[in-house]
Amino acid sequence: MGEMDQMKKEAEGLKSQIEAARKAAADTTLADAASGVAPAPRVQLKTRKTLKGHLAKIYAMHWATDCRLMVSASQDGKLIIWDAFSGNKINAVPLKSSWVMTCAYAPSGNLVASGGLDNMCTVYNLKTPVVKTVKELDAHTGYLSCARFLSDTEILTASGDTTCALWDIETGKQKTVFLNHVGDCMCLALSPDMNMFISGACDSLAKLWDIRDGTCKQTFQGHTSDINAISFFPSGNAVVTGSDDCTCKMYDLRSDQEVISYQDAQLNSGVTSLALSVSGRLIFAGYDDFNCNIWDSLKGEKVGVLSGHDNRVSCTGVPQDGMCVCTGSWDSFLKIWN
Amino acid sequence: MSNNSANSNNLVIAQKAVKQLRLEASVRRIKVSQAAADLKTFCLQNAHKDPLLMGVPSSDNPFRPPKSCSLF
Repeated sequence: MGEMDQMKKEAEGLKSQIEAARKAAADTTLADAASGVAPAPRVQLKTRKTLKGHLAKIYAMHWATDCRLMVSASQDGKLIIWDAFSGNKINAVPLKSSWVMTCAYAPSGNLVASGGLDNMCTVYNLKTPVVKTVKELDAHTGYLSCARFLSDTEILTASGDTTCALWDIETGKQKTVFLNHVGDCMCLALSPDMNMFISGACDSLAKLWDIRDGTCKQTFQGHTSDINAISFFPSGNAVVTGSDDCTCKMYDLRSDQEVISYQDAQLNSGVTSLALSVSGRLIFAGYDDFNCNIWDSLKGEKVGVLSGHDNRVSCTGVPQDGMCVCTGSWDSFLKIWN
Repeated sequence: MSNNSANSNNLVIAQKAVKQLRLEASVRRIKVSQAAADLKTFCLQNAHKDPLLMGVPSSDNPFRPPKSCSLF
């Protein structure tokens, strides 16, 4: 048993080393460094559109890269493709399994994907006369919590089986499996340069992965409960997480640590979703308490709130051009705000 | 599972954990002051291009149908 004790000792030593190195780099906090920055203006956004059509809780939404179309997924067993400008429904895709937890729009606009308690990621072609299933990606042994297309041929998934995977859509096989989390993976986000991705899990950790070599490069701790939402800061140098511990946090990749926490003593609902404005200054975070709070990312202050849903805000998204923010809720509606 | 194979399984897991920790320990870290400065700069330089921060004029708002006046 000597070797086991040796391993344990080395592990403890390395953990202390990492903690010490992080402390040595922590010569200030983001809030202190930003104390001279003018506060963000009080943000008062109005609902411009309410998208009605789903008959049950909405669990996910994702903008298309044209910033006009978007896909939403509901446990009414449908994916709806919306034209957000007009509020019209372009397509309704019936799902084999109504227990959907995620949806994604491919950058090309040709494909969408969904997945959930069926443990599969199903890819659909929107460009055929009738929407067709392209592939059922079946290998995860747990629910599908998140999916994001890299292109029409590759997709990343996060699963309740604690792994993330990169799939070849044409062959339907996993090209790479990302192993390291010890809790259900709940969310993932692609880096702006598409070489890395970040995952958040029920082990309260966020992990940065190299897509091509399959390795976990960095692990970020600090949350005390499941991480439900994650996003890259637009520069690609930081990530923002949202958790059941009622806080959001920003971790800087290059200093390898948490640089600010977004929390309020009066907020005691978990964070379900988050999205950043294009400059990275505003964080839109959806909570279990039916609201979406707006945070000044540099100063850590709440600068606004989006109230209007009658149930939990389950998903948020800002399109690439930053012209609005969309919130989706268990009340079955999606709202567009700006 | 015999005790021996359970032990060797645990050892493999421990070895992988140590390998991962070694990798993460070797990361080059910059000072938070520098990281913060870069985050600040990015936000400020891109602020004017951020419609949610700057506000969207009604005439340019694609989510708001333009109000038109017809003169007969």
